[in-house]
Amino acid sequence: MSLYRDEGVVLRTIRLGEADRIVTMITKAHGKVRAVAKGVRRTKSKFGARLEPLSHVSLLCWQGRELDIVNQAEVTDTFRAVREDLGRVAKAYTVLEVTDQLSQERHANPRLYDMVVGALRALDARDAPLLVPAFCLKVLALEGSSPVVDECVSCGEREGLVAFDIIEGGVLCRSCRRGRSISPAALELVRRILGGGLTSALAEPDGPLAGEVTDLATEAMEAHLDRRLRSVRSSPTA
Amino acid sequence: MFTGPLQALVDELGRLPGIGPKSAQRIAFHLLKVAPEDAMRLAEAIVDVKERITLCPRCFNVAEGDLCAICSDDRRDGTMLCVVEDPRDIVAVEKTQEFRGRYHVLHGALNPLEGVGPDQLRVKELLGRLDDEAITEIILCTNPNLEGEATAMYLARLLKPLGLSVTRIASGLPVGGDLEYADELTLGRALEGRREVDA
Ligand SMILES: [Zn+2]
Ligand SMILES: [Zn+2]
Repeated sequence: MSLYRDEGVVLRTIRLGEADRIVTMITKAHGKVRAVAKGVRRTKSKFGARLEPLSHVSLLCWQGRELDIVNQAEVTDTFRAVREDLGRVAKAYTVLEVTDQLSQERHANPRLYDMVVGALRALDARDAPLLVPAFCLKVLALEGSSPVVDECVSCGEREGLVAFDIIEGGVLCRSCRRGRSISPAALELVRRILGGGLTSALAEPDGPLAGEVTDLATEAMEAHLDRRLRSVRSSPTA
Repeated sequence: MFTGPLQALVDELGRLPGIGPKSAQRIAFHLLKVAPEDAMRLAEAIVDVKERITLCPRCFNVAEGDLCAICSDDRRDGTMLCVVEDPRDIVAVEKTQEFRGRYHVLHGALNPLEGVGPDQLRVKELLGRLDDEAITEIILCTNPNLEGEATAMYLARLLKPLGLSVTRIASGLPVGGDLEYADELTLGRALEGRREVDA
């Protein structure tokens, strides 16, 4: 077995045997990794809370055939402000779930990795209402599946865009309209998120507009993943 | 593939948590070898548990008969309620001999990634007990991990507006451990939860 160093964010954990856990992480250089943390459920474990979901850690792992083994873990960020706020935990869960779905085992995706760390740091600093939809839209763009928002996906019309249909892949004009309707303000906000105006988008207040963009981004992400996002459907804040 | 009853046993054992196909075979062959009375004792213990142990209809602890031993004990303080995730947590708290109130078992913790929301837990039943019993204080004793903390925050948000005293067990350092090995989150919370030293 060879030993490697990396950094990662813990996405989820499941119990294994008496006192161990299998920890699923996205790492910078090894992609998604599943590793056994031995004894982690004991109160005196050397890992303590370091390998809890959400932890950003630097790692030393033994590479195994299927499962690696965590040898050492040191915390870079605990994201404590996120952990201690139910609304933010719910948002973080969605970031973790999306990341888990899109990352591939042992296949590095450093840009996705940086986006996850960036999103969690932003959430730790401030409970931005649009954090999750912004993350989803940015990740869709990274995947090459960004919804078309500049012109009607059906006829190319650039004015009077009033509808959004994820099956079609974006917005539609008045004469081609199908799917859900989209307000001009929501359209502007989605364009801003995708077009380099993330910081200002994250400063937007909560309200019906944030709700509309959240629904739209969730729908787009679920269509891309071809499955429901459990963390959204069973959120304790819903 | 083994002959009829043996394969059935291997299959059943393999369904148990933490037991893979190899372990299932090993246990099955072990049972094949042991004295009949030893194997029968195991079989009877399983039948007994299934016939006699149920969940307490009030607190959802394991119970023999109707109410569990703690709910039917009048010496327990009926104004205090300790909320736990699992009946095994009751055993752990009882061992401390520090708590004289009663319990409520949620049977899990919020886990949005697994689709476990409030409706999958015994939360409605907990709220029901507040109407029926003279509870004034609730101690949230869920696990100190992300799911347990989220569950505690959710319950606090639900219960505090009802005018109850709601507390969360403190996070701290394990007694007998070395400070230098403590993780940042645990140590940070332990510092925050520091208390006056008697002199
Ligand atoms: Zn059109
Ligand atoms: Zn009971």
